[in-house]
Amino acid sequence: MPFKRYVEIGRIALVNYGKDYGKLVVIVDVIDQNRALVDAPDMVRGQMNFKRLTLTDIKIDIKRVPNKKTLVAALEAADVKNKWESSSWGRKLIVQKKRASLNDFDRFKIMLAKIKKAGVVRQELAKLKKETTG
Amino acid sequence: MQKTMAPKDRKPHVSRNPDLIRGVGKYSRSKMYHKRGLWAIKAKNGGTFPKHEKKAAEAAPAEKPPKFYPADDVKKPLVNKRKARPTKLRASITPGTVLIILAGRFKGKRVVFLKQLTSGLLLVTGPFKINGVPLRRVNQSYVIATSTKVDISGVNVEKFDDKYFGKKVEKKKKKGEGEFFEAEKEEKNTLPQDKKDDQKTVDAALIASIEAVPDLKSYLGARFSLKAGMKPHELVF
Repeated sequence: MPFKRYVEIGRIALVNYGKDYGKLVVIVDVIDQNRALVDAPDMVRGQMNFKRLTLTDIKIDIKRVPNKKTLVAALEAADVKNKWESSSWGRKLIVQKKRASLNDFDRFKIMLAKIKKAGVVRQELAKLKKETTG
Repeated sequence: MQKTMAPKDRKPHVSRNPDLIRGVGKYSRSKMYHKRGLWAIKAKNGGTFPKHEKKAAEAAPAEKPPKFYPADDVKKPLVNKRKARPTKLRASITPGTVLIILAGRFKGKRVVFLKQLTSGLLLVTGPFKINGVPLRRVNQSYVIATSTKVDISGVNVEKFDDKYFGKKVEKKKKKGEGEFFEAEKEEKNTLPQDKKDDQKTVDAALIASIEAVPDLKSYLGARFSLKAGMKPHELVF
């Protein structure tokens, strides 16, 4: 029941609304009750309402409002990108993006692959059934 | 600011006055005068800007007064300079693109685009052996362009134009009303052999390049349909 992910300096958050939708940002300072100063390697440091952020499990070690160079170095040191992409949440997002970008031909190939896989599974199941009843 | 070179040698020159905001340049008039080097041109030309001499105006040929004045003022129709052009082809449609036909007896079929004809319609082929769509014209509006491309370099489509697909002109027969209907109708339905041969030559090269890509042949043989959960405005074709 208690909270596990806190808003703190160095907390990585996912933007869930607005122009930077889907980006991972670092909270570098808290402005007031509703807003945080966020920064990311590919954006200009700016304010964001907490309602636009979803906190993640990842936290990095930085001082309040570091400069861009220090921030990027800290992100590299904590290996945020790999941690994110190997987490189940990160993997789900990658799969969603891949599915959304599929071509009509890709969708056809996937359909063929699914049918093939189901066929193989069904064969194995039939074998197993035969063993138990026989 | 043009030197008198042959017109083809000039590259279009970018403005020397970058925009701060649209409509406001960085440099003032006097600064621009200096930047463009107008002072140097004037100096080279002895204090004034070089001028071309005006060509002497040719004497206009003397007009004779007309012999006939019409009784009523008749309005002249406005001049129409419109040129008929084939419909603008969407950028996503290039020769070799796989298209999905949306209407007609081949709706849902995935088909290879060959070229745009002068009427604006798209020349398209199944290939016939793969999905039963012959060499056919199709309107651009009834087509979804996918991003899948087929290599079309071995295909020669020069000879196909709108006249090839036009209806054959029937010879008028004035004699024999009774036999008229029976004999005529039976001859018209078969496709002439040369059209079948055209289909075969076009398809031969195409099928070779299609079979080079795995699954592409079965892809072209299958029809497209919307399934549950597919949102056309979110799908990437």
